[in-house]
Amino acid sequence: MKSPVSLRRLHALCRKETWQILRDPSSNLIAFVLPVVMLFIFGYGINLDSTAVNIGLVLEDTSPEARHFADSLYGSPYFVVHSAETQAEVGQALTEGRVRGFVVVPVDFAEKLKQPAGTAPLLVVTDGSEPNTANFVQNYVTAAWIGWMQQRAGERGELPPPGISIEPRFWFNPAAESRNFLIPGSITIIMTVIGALLTSLVVAREWERGTMEALLASPVTRTELLLSKLLPYYVLGIVSLFLCVGVAALMMHVPFRGSLLILWGIGSLFLASSLGLGLLLSTVLRNQFVAAQAALNAAFLPALMLSGFLFEIRSMPAIIQYATYLIPARYFVTAIQTLFQAGNVAPVLLHSGMFLVFAGSFFIGLTALKTRRRLE
Amino acid sequence: MFSRILTLIIKELEMLLQDRQSRMVLIVPVILQLALFPFAATLEVRNNTLAIFNEDSGRESTELMQRFSQAQAFSQLLALYSEAELRYAIDNQEALIVIRFPPDFSRDIAAGRPPKIQAILDGRRSNSGHIALGYVQQIVNDYSNERFKLQQKKAPSSLVVRHWFNPNLNYVWHILPSLIAIITSINALIVTALSVAREREQGTLDQLLISPLTPGMIMIGKIIPAILVAVVQGTIILLGAIFVYRVPFAGSLLLLYGSMIFYCLALAGFGLLISSVCATQQQAFLGVFSFVMPAILLSGYASPVDNMPVWLQYLDWINPIRHFIVIVKGLFLKDIGFVTLLHSLYPLLIIAVVTLSAANYLFRKRLA
Repeated sequence: MKSPVSLRRLHALCRKETWQILRDPSSNLIAFVLPVVMLFIFGYGINLDSTAVNIGLVLEDTSPEARHFADSLYGSPYFVVHSAETQAEVGQALTEGRVRGFVVVPVDFAEKLKQPAGTAPLLVVTDGSEPNTANFVQNYVTAAWIGWMQQRAGERGELPPPGISIEPRFWFNPAAESRNFLIPGSITIIMTVIGALLTSLVVAREWERGTMEALLASPVTRTELLLSKLLPYYVLGIVSLFLCVGVAALMMHVPFRGSLLILWGIGSLFLASSLGLGLLLSTVLRNQFVAAQAALNAAFLPALMLSGFLFEIRSMPAIIQYATYLIPARYFVTAIQTLFQAGNVAPVLLHSGMFLVFAGSFFIGLTALKTRRRLE
Repeated sequence: MFSRILTLIIKELEMLLQDRQSRMVLIVPVILQLALFPFAATLEVRNNTLAIFNEDSGRESTELMQRFSQAQAFSQLLALYSEAELRYAIDNQEALIVIRFPPDFSRDIAAGRPPKIQAILDGRRSNSGHIALGYVQQIVNDYSNERFKLQQKKAPSSLVVRHWFNPNLNYVWHILPSLIAIITSINALIVTALSVAREREQGTLDQLLISPLTPGMIMIGKIIPAILVAVVQGTIILLGAIFVYRVPFAGSLLLLYGSMIFYCLALAGFGLLISSVCATQQQAFLGVFSFVMPAILLSGYASPVDNMPVWLQYLDWINPIRHFIVIVKGLFLKDIGFVTLLHSLYPLLIIAVVTLSAANYLFRKRLA
């Protein structure tokens, strides 16, 4: 019985694989260029924070009372107010998306305000096709309006009940910059891409080009074959991980509060599960086009959609929430966001690590079972 | 000439649909995504946990607590009794948001001083935190407003809020039209880029080139199957959106399919451009991925284009997904006419012309 791993053969295989990676511009693109591009997109392009929203204002009434109210909108840091002559005009702007909402002060506004019995209505219209922005417009117009009523009551010598203000405090991320949580999350996406997408191609490529037959005819064992596909990509992934963390922490000033050693450990576990999944698909499907498509759907899209990095898992229906427990990226997102922002919170990290050990052994084990040393 | 192109298209379609595996990979993911993403890809906050740390014992804080407990966004309420518990709840993500009433909250109200509530949020999820904070703000606004009315006997003014195009702010109405653009983009790009790269990798491209087909004809033969695949996939999502998710389709189908063709042409242009600089399928696939990933992220789906830095908004002009999302959403929800549609259609046309001519040029250059 020969030993399952000969270091000499393994070394030779890994060397060949490494050369293949380094010589191909596309693997360098995906491992070193795309991560940095993505970090910058997540850092500066995707902005989930509330910046000023464009709204329209139609003052059908130009009385001092109406202007007084308008001032409360102009004074709000949450809006850029564009005045318009007619509702039709601003309605068209809303349809075209030039403004995300508008406020109409009706002709008889001041008159109705004077009447002791009636109330003077104001109309607020938002663009419902962007629900979050619509909510935002509604909330901050309401806040401006309450402020105006209180100021008005105060000026008239009435004693209004003081408005209740909310002081938000974002722990770990005092300025509530979405960058600080998007960037750690996006590192997960990058790791998934390197792990699953790149490796989904490698075994299928050997089959398609017919080099697999040559390998099978050689004394290479199953373990060696598997390791030679795993190790070089693992190294590539870890280098890319630390590159990302370096760029994020040093160039983009995202605080990193955890331990690099733990990051390396958890990163390795996550890479093992993505590499395992990629290799499994490649081994089973044996066709680069199909394997790459499958990796896109089985690894990348779930990591983007179901990992809780962009979209809140708790808001999903129960059955999808259960499905997210099966996605390794979910655990890595939690772990890396915690490491970046909260530091070494042991229960969170242990829980994530345990699952990743399980997922990694599952995928690699299954690949080992499916790697058969025979021709069909 | 047409019969030659037709033969090429038929061959190309046969390649795409050759076996069960290949057919599955074009259809199954679309159906899975259609079933999953409208529920998953929501930026809404629901069923979350709100924790309350009440150091006040007055009537007002109790009233507000009751209102929070009735909010849809928060299905669970967690009562905290100490600073240490508060820290634990946030550290371990037990609550998304903690509302803290300071000890002098009711006293401030009684004395006419402006009272303050603290909202402590998990910075690791500051996005959901922001949205949850919006809900809390709304509840507090309503409460303040009612107290104001109660004391003043009569409110001088009222606010009438209308959400156009989507009166109940249903998130699914926002997601499905965008999905049509996103899912078709991935496949249209991959099909065009990989079909050229595969021929090159397997050496059959040379055979095609020595045939009577011109490079332009080969390109058409690669583009049309990709358009067909994208249109079929787009139609599946369209039908799902209208009949399963009941998103009302207000606009014209003719305009939708017409602009979808321009959209696919723009995508095919990028696909061919990528494949013209790639030697292998791996390079083509990773090249497509490096293009489509940023394109989806900057499409305005996950975060509004208006929120990006201005220079990036200009750069994003070359992103076909961004323009097509505006078109599909406009046709679905806003019933936009041809004139409004043109604002987003002409960029697609320009992108298509530029990328296709560039690809054609590079294709010929490699031949020489």
